[in-house]
Amino acid sequence: MKIKTLVAALAIGFAGLAGAQNTGPVKLGFITDMSSLYADIDGPAGAEMVRWAAQDFGGKVLNRPIEVLVADHQNKADVASSKAREWIDKDGLSMLIGGTSSGTAIAMSKVTTEKKRPFIAIGAGSARLTNEDCSPYSIHYAYDTVALAKVAGNALVKAGNKNWFFLTADYAFGYSLEGDATAVVKANGGTVVGSVRHPLNASDFSSFLLQAQSSKAQILALANAGGDFTNAMKAAKEFGITKTMKVAGLLVFINDVHSLGLANTEGLQLADSWYWNQDDASRKFAQRFFAKYKRMPSSLHAADYSAASNYLKAVQTAGTTDADKVMATLKSMQFNDFYTKGKIRADGRMIHDMYLFQVKSQKESTTPWDYYKTIAKVPGEQAFTTVAESKCSLLKK
Amino acid sequence: MMHTKTLTRITYLALLALLLLAPTLGLYPVFVMKLLCFALFACAFNLLLGFTGLLSFGHAAFFGSAAYVTGWFVKSQGWTPELAILAGGVAAGLIGLVVGLVAIRRQGIYFAMITLAIAQMIYFVCLQASFTGGEDGLQGVPRGNLFGLISLQSDTTLYYFVAAVFVLSFLAIGRVVNSPFGQVLKMIRENEPRAVSLGYQVDRYKLLAFVLSAALAGVAGSLKTIVMGFATLTDVHWSMSGEVILMTLLGGVGTFFGPVFGAGIVISLQNLLADKVGSWVTVIIGVIFVLCVLTFRKGVVGELQAFRERRRRAAL
Amino acid sequence: MDIFGIPHQAFLGQLLLGLVNGAFYAMLSLGLAVIFGLLGIVNFAHGALYMLGAFTAWILFDQFGLNYWYALVLAPLIVGAAGVVIERLFLKHLYKLDPLYGLLLTFGLALILEGVFRELYGVSGQNYNVPEQLSGATNLGFMVLPNYRAWVVLVSLVVCLGTWYLIERTRLGAYLRAGTENAQLVQTFGVNVPMMVMLTYGAGAGLAGLAGVLAAPIIQVSPLMGSNLIIVVFAVVVIGGMGSILGSVVTGLGLGLIEGMTRVFYPEASSIVVFVIMVLVLMVRPSGLFGKEN
Repeated sequence: MKIKTLVAALAIGFAGLAGAQNTGPVKLGFITDMSSLYADIDGPAGAEMVRWAAQDFGGKVLNRPIEVLVADHQNKADVASSKAREWIDKDGLSMLIGGTSSGTAIAMSKVTTEKKRPFIAIGAGSARLTNEDCSPYSIHYAYDTVALAKVAGNALVKAGNKNWFFLTADYAFGYSLEGDATAVVKANGGTVVGSVRHPLNASDFSSFLLQAQSSKAQILALANAGGDFTNAMKAAKEFGITKTMKVAGLLVFINDVHSLGLANTEGLQLADSWYWNQDDASRKFAQRFFAKYKRMPSSLHAADYSAASNYLKAVQTAGTTDADKVMATLKSMQFNDFYTKGKIRADGRMIHDMYLFQVKSQKESTTPWDYYKTIAKVPGEQAFTTVAESKCSLLKK
Repeated sequence: MMHTKTLTRITYLALLALLLLAPTLGLYPVFVMKLLCFALFACAFNLLLGFTGLLSFGHAAFFGSAAYVTGWFVKSQGWTPELAILAGGVAAGLIGLVVGLVAIRRQGIYFAMITLAIAQMIYFVCLQASFTGGEDGLQGVPRGNLFGLISLQSDTTLYYFVAAVFVLSFLAIGRVVNSPFGQVLKMIRENEPRAVSLGYQVDRYKLLAFVLSAALAGVAGSLKTIVMGFATLTDVHWSMSGEVILMTLLGGVGTFFGPVFGAGIVISLQNLLADKVGSWVTVIIGVIFVLCVLTFRKGVVGELQAFRERRRRAAL
Repeated sequence: MDIFGIPHQAFLGQLLLGLVNGAFYAMLSLGLAVIFGLLGIVNFAHGALYMLGAFTAWILFDQFGLNYWYALVLAPLIVGAAGVVIERLFLKHLYKLDPLYGLLLTFGLALILEGVFRELYGVSGQNYNVPEQLSGATNLGFMVLPNYRAWVVLVSLVVCLGTWYLIERTRLGAYLRAGTENAQLVQTFGVNVPMMVMLTYGAGAGLAGLAGVLAAPIIQVSPLMGSNLIIVVFAVVVIGGMGSILGSVVTGLGLGLIEGMTRVFYPEASSIVVFVIMVLVLMVRPSGLFGKEN
């Protein structure tokens, strides 16, 4: 009797694993930081954007209902990776969208590559996803640190700001931001007059800023993010650094600007993939977001919606949720929605236009959240890692 | 009323059976494996806190360092998993030796603070070192072939390996605690001055317990790397140290099964709450901490044991 | 003129900044030292109470329109009251137990407070402006010092000296010290020891809250601000000697200076220099620099 139950259990288990993928609902997974450091720029609102995309698509694709699974990885790679694995093994997940934190994105991409499911990384910044860790199943959709550095670096040096000083967060992410930007600055004929590394989560930047000021550089580049960025900005204003140097943030989202206020950020240069006020279609999306959340969407929220919609379109076109076919379709599509007009390259990198924005002064800002003016638009081929520079094996044929 | 020894034996056998049959019972193997790793971590921690009476606030340093060491050996040096896990355990033990030598001379809060300080330093080393991958973590660690022969790719095969390591380590802890060495540790926990007056070299015993605890915590971390395929900064962060304290406290300090239960509850909770959105995870963990300390100090297993004791005494 | 390879103006500037930070550390560790020194509780919730102070200041302004000067007085009182509640509800049950339970309980409380605020306010942080009267900066010749920072140093030193005086030199302080050494005896003299203990914890919490208000205009008011700082503050108290108020004040200032110097010459290490010092000090003087051997 026990053996029969054992066999039955195993059989049901296998059936469950094998069957779910090709019939039943099309399940989209979304795992991001819902509760800590990055919850505002992506978080629960991002999850809702994926749901909106599903609803706006009609709730069904290929006559199968669309289901959205959501989880909080709490910035822990093992939670992200186990959830992804569980959803694929037990729930028949079709596709995974990854949110903020590069560590979790890389971990999730390993799972999706192993199990052959499409993975769209949106919130994470590490360019490793399309270089050392590239995969035929991963797409890096929104931005990456190389693009941010190139856009800011290029545009600013060309505008005459040749001398740079870096204030860098002392960990891998900070170094890569600084490294990418330094390469760009030098390539454009600029010089890095100095740099200083601050410990992660430092609360006081006064001493580092003093060093920056005495360097007499034209640009103070902040190679840090989140709380470090906001504290550094505040201190820069407090110590009058902003009067003698232009400040460039290498990873800034509109939520950071909002929480600091225009008084603290006016004149700040930053790169991003999208701004809510850049055209009518974007504004329409933004107003819908504002109606629900009483704040404007960040570029990540827009990317979440866009990625989910385009995935569903690809599934429709390919006629299946099979990962290989859908990935091929996605890489052949020419996108045209309010978020992106680009294309996905063989290494999974979305090549689309990036922008250099400058934060308006309080006088220039006429409506709430009217924070940016566009300084430059950088075409995708110039903004992202070029094929020659890439370390991804998929590009070397 | 069943004799305690018989009941304990039955519980052991039942849990062992559960362990062996878990993959067939529809439980998700990766989840159970993760649970076993953390259960081992908590048991190792309990060896120090429950049986020796020393609260270390930096145990994540051992767990995480071993995780990185193992990951590096497997990924960059191509070692087989069992050797890499051994290396991880040894590395953690060595770090434990260094930390122990510095910290053992102090008591109570000072001891906890020194362990915390050194753990912070290790965290920063891991943050900046290139081989750890920094914030991205050490990713893509292959599972490899056990002894160079048996592939661990299949979740089920890996599960039995993990279960075997867990059972062996658990038995090892049991042996240590019930040995004369373990008795001395308990005496140190109860009344250190008395142990000193009896002529025991208390510091040496404490150091050895510390090193053992560190090494086993390292084995847990190494195992986790093989299971999950990566090692990240979360593994060395002080919040991980806090979590293992919670698991042990919740399960029952100084009991055998307490830490296992505690780990089970905390990991299951995290897994369950991952699907719910928001910061309530932290709040709930905080509430559990508070309730545990105020009303539930013996932990789940401890309270059960105390309950049985009371019943037995009442029956006399 | 160059000192250690950097121009003397820059050197003096860094020294002064280090002192400013040191005054802040001293003030923050003061509350912790008071609570541990007099009550034997390792108050892991100190960082959360500091965060509470900063948020109270922000809420007072955002919701009630009360400016910085009101916050300076009200926030410490409010946080102090919260401290009293914590002591009555939770801590008073733990005095007879191993002090490590107090540590774990306050750790849990810190998680709860942080989680709740994260849930309510998100993590990006809120902006709190420097009050008009203290804005602007003074050119000291070798550097430009924002006036607000000078204010912080002033307040910190006054509060630290005041607290030290209160505890070491006044009758009230004497009762407090006596009460924690031998509660029963002191109570027979008619002093209400439980009340004193409760108020002491409240006062310690209030000090944390005050530090929070002082910090609000400098760094973003975020639920995470406490947890980033708490471990460093603990290290300061441990180095100074856990029973000693003078110890934590001196260590706080000293650490500020040392950190400042480290930031110039070897900035990557500035976050761990405090731990290195702690390990070194504890190896040589087990009870800290000014601590009393138990």
